[in-house]
Amino acid sequence: MTMIFGIPIQAFLGQLLIGLINGSFYALLSLGLAVIFGLLRVINFAHGAQYMLGAFVALLLLQYLGVNYWLALFLAPLIVGLFGALVERALLSRLYKLDPLYGLLFTFGLALTIEGTFRYLYGASGQPYSVPPLLAGGTNLGFMFLPNYRGWVVVVSLVACIGTWLLIEKTKLGSYLRAATENPVLVQAFGINVPMLLTLTYGLGAGLAAFAGVLAAPVYQVSPLMGTNLIIVVFAVVVVGGMGSIMGAILTGYMLGVAEGLTKVFYPEASNIVIFVIMAIVLLLRPAGLFGRDA
Amino acid sequence: MTPLLQVSGLNAWYGESHVLHGVDMTIGEGETITILGRNGVGKTTTLRTIVGIVRARRGRIDFAGTDMMQVPLHRTAHKGIGFVPEERGIFSTLTVEENLMLPPVVTGGGMNLEEIYELFPNLLERRTSQGTKLSGGEQQMLAIARILRTGVKMLILDEPTEGLAPVIVQRIGDVLGKLKARGMTILLVEQNFRFASRIADRFYLMDHGRMVGDFPVSELPVRMDELHKVLGV
Repeated sequence: MTMIFGIPIQAFLGQLLIGLINGSFYALLSLGLAVIFGLLRVINFAHGAQYMLGAFVALLLLQYLGVNYWLALFLAPLIVGLFGALVERALLSRLYKLDPLYGLLFTFGLALTIEGTFRYLYGASGQPYSVPPLLAGGTNLGFMFLPNYRGWVVVVSLVACIGTWLLIEKTKLGSYLRAATENPVLVQAFGINVPMLLTLTYGLGAGLAAFAGVLAAPVYQVSPLMGTNLIIVVFAVVVVGGMGSIMGAILTGYMLGVAEGLTKVFYPEASNIVIFVIMAIVLLLRPAGLFGRDA
Repeated sequence: MTPLLQVSGLNAWYGESHVLHGVDMTIGEGETITILGRNGVGKTTTLRTIVGIVRARRGRIDFAGTDMMQVPLHRTAHKGIGFVPEERGIFSTLTVEENLMLPPVVTGGGMNLEEIYELFPNLLERRTSQGTKLSGGEQQMLAIARILRTGVKMLILDEPTEGLAPVIVQRIGDVLGKLKARGMTILLVEQNFRFASRIADRFYLMDHGRMVGDFPVSELPVRMDELHKVLGV
């Protein structure tokens, strides 16, 4: 058997792949958090709940309307994004003039409310969501067996991340977003409807979280608490990457996913805390984060 | 001359501090007006209140037949007012060209990109650079240039020559001269007295949050004593 660093290569590559898959979710979620924080200066604690909502909307669409995975991958982010936009317009936007702490407390309360409601309605246990038939089965890569759906998750999340990055860095709308992040008052004086931009951005961030949720539904179980478990790690990712840096959030997501996966191979006991150890080290050495611009 | 901008009894506050105490001014279409006054008398606040950035305000601002007190900030530009702030407001995460293209075109009649690059050849050379990598003079040119695209009727500038080398000040004077020739109405605050007297048609003298005098450029020689007293120079 081929060995790498004294570990069977199958185990090594297997964990590397699991790391990449987890990293895909970290990247998608921290990207949304970074986009929201960059413009709204709100630390969106409801992000995990929005991720869970995405998975649940997909599940409910399937159960009640027979909507398949592919349509849900498009519809669920749209529905959750609209819900996010509504919440921003009706509630969150009233808090911008106050201390940033209020935005954090509000989104935290929102997360508790949404998750509590779903736990009341559907119980705490997970419900399965099956892999779409087109992606069922797996491929033998020679050194390991790759479930097709997991390969899909890695590819499509990468596409979504790059797409979002392009939207922000290369389009007209993106230039509005970047400018409004720097100086919202002046951008507004130029005739751009910044309040609308904020609503759109929050909707986009919530939609991205829901997109990750739909992707996650066949991998993990659909449960009201699926976001709570994940969001803590994602916040650590954002801290390591640096708040407000889009590319930083993406790269750090994948990096930490892989770091976590590899730790499982070499020192399994530490795999649950490795991300937080990295976070502590980064905070000591570079408080603004690996890709952060200012302290 | 028909007034394009009419300000009357304008009061404005920054938090608790009452900064404008009843500003009255009238600007005709195509006029270039300079507000003179010592530091801290409310010149910048006057501009920012007319633009609508300072919202704690009372009084009247009528612009081209619109009651601007009712207009939200993001509609000001659409009514025809363009603003070049004192700090220039060049965005560091945008390239020079993205900075240039940022303000939406509000009406026809603005300059197109070619005309702007003809007027500011430096910006063409550096269009892919990060906005804040430009020199101070180039940043000021960019701040003015990006408003020219939008087709606004009136340009409001806050100390456009501040901290710039004489040769750049000269160029900005040329640019404003050209705009004036095209019929642009210009309102500016300026400390550089020589620069101001070169381009202005009329002056407003400001003290303690209100206008205390107003005279055309032709009266400048006979007003020097009054100016020295109010400006403390």
